[in-house]
Amino acid sequence: MDELLRDYLPVIIFLGVALAIGLALLVSPFLLAFKNPDPEKLSAYECGFNAFDDARMKFDVRFYLVSILFVIFDLEVAFLFPWAVAFKDVGVFGFWSMMVFLGVLTIGFAYEWKKGALEWD
Amino acid sequence: MSFWSDIVWPVVVIAAQSVLLLVLLLVIVAFILLADRKIWAAVQIRRGPNVVGPFGLFQSFADLLKFVLKEPVIPSGSAKGLFLLAPLVTTTLALLAWVVVPVADGWVIADINVGVLFILAISSLSVYGAIMGGWASNSKYPFLSALRCAAQMVSYEVSIGLVIITVLLCAGSLNISAIVRSQETGLATMIGLPWLSFLNWYWLPLLPMFVVFFVSALAETNRPPFDLAEAESELVAGYMVEYGSTPYMMFMLGEYVAICTMCAMMALLFMGGWMPPIDVAPFTWVPGIVWFLAKAVLMFFFIAMAKAMVPRYRYDQLMRLGWKVFLPLSLVYVVLVAGVLQLTGWAA
Repeated sequence: MDELLRDYLPVIIFLGVALAIGLALLVSPFLLAFKNPDPEKLSAYECGFNAFDDARMKFDVRFYLVSILFVIFDLEVAFLFPWAVAFKDVGVFGFWSMMVFLGVLTIGFAYEWKKGALEWD
Repeated sequence: MSFWSDIVWPVVVIAAQSVLLLVLLLVIVAFILLADRKIWAAVQIRRGPNVVGPFGLFQSFADLLKFVLKEPVIPSGSAKGLFLLAPLVTTTLALLAWVVVPVADGWVIADINVGVLFILAISSLSVYGAIMGGWASNSKYPFLSALRCAAQMVSYEVSIGLVIITVLLCAGSLNISAIVRSQETGLATMIGLPWLSFLNWYWLPLLPMFVVFFVSALAETNRPPFDLAEAESELVAGYMVEYGSTPYMMFMLGEYVAICTMCAMMALLFMGGWMPPIDVAPFTWVPGIVWFLAKAVLMFFFIAMAKAMVPRYRYDQLMRLGWKVFLPLSLVYVVLVAGVLQLTGWAA
């Protein structure tokens, strides 16, 4: 516990300092700058029109698909991290296990490619 | 063994180091920003900023002053808390990555043994700044831009992760200092010319991955030619449309700090960090931090030149490059590197 704390204490302190710098920058114009708001100035920007409706509209399902694919591949990367670090220790068995895993993943990747999940036009 | 010498004093020392690193980093970012504009101008045969101070050296500081004195506008339809939280998240996370960056041998604030993972996590989190800013604005351009930005960043995150895996396979550690030290030996020692230490670094055996990392770093930080999130010809200014004053500046600051982090990562993972390129007398006298800065600045020069010379991608091209080129390429290279290490028994 003590060892862990000594390793990560600087991260917490650094976060505090970075947060302080960010907050100082964020707050300063609210204290220093001249303010003169009016309804036009505070309305959402839409190329000179009044905003038609709420901006949080429906969007293309492909963005959702990309995030799903990202979750799969990022998990795979997370799975690869400990394997890569312990590469020497896991030996031949570890090497081939991961190759089988990557093979299965590649089949999935080829399938989604063929299905057109990666097309954007 | 007292409360003061055991707990308070180390905290004070760490805090002082953190402040020093962050202040130096911000000053360097100010000049990096100027350098970016100067390089861009020079490519277009312009002079760039040249009024504030000699050669315009104080331009970024004048800009800071101007931003602080501008009226902060919070749109009436926005989610006000999130609207202000977004730039804070962007800046703080971008700065936080530097806690694990070793600027010279042993010069690192938190020498944690999962350094690379920490930086990867922080750069993944930075997408929240863009999403929050775009959603909280409640305006159409920021919303579209936030979606694009998120999809773009997560797409290239995958190939960056796989590139890092190839480096980890060679280095056998997640600690950034250990990865740099593992580059003390390599190809040059293998061919019997140990003083040619720049051949030892991972950029040569992992050259395709170095290129993939460089291009992915451009996409990850929304730099041109991949600045689709703020394509001004279609989305005005992307997710920052509704922002003004220092909140806008904080997005830009976060972006430039993230670029500096990526440059530092390239210097550390592929170019031997603080080590001199040739291991003979005049080069070894130069302190490590100078070599680290020189390598990071060289990488920034390439990033600035890419901005100046390459036209902007289309969004479908960007996604095709990320998913259909970089992902298979880096996947194959992971298998290749693992196979070579397994067959030759070079694994660390």
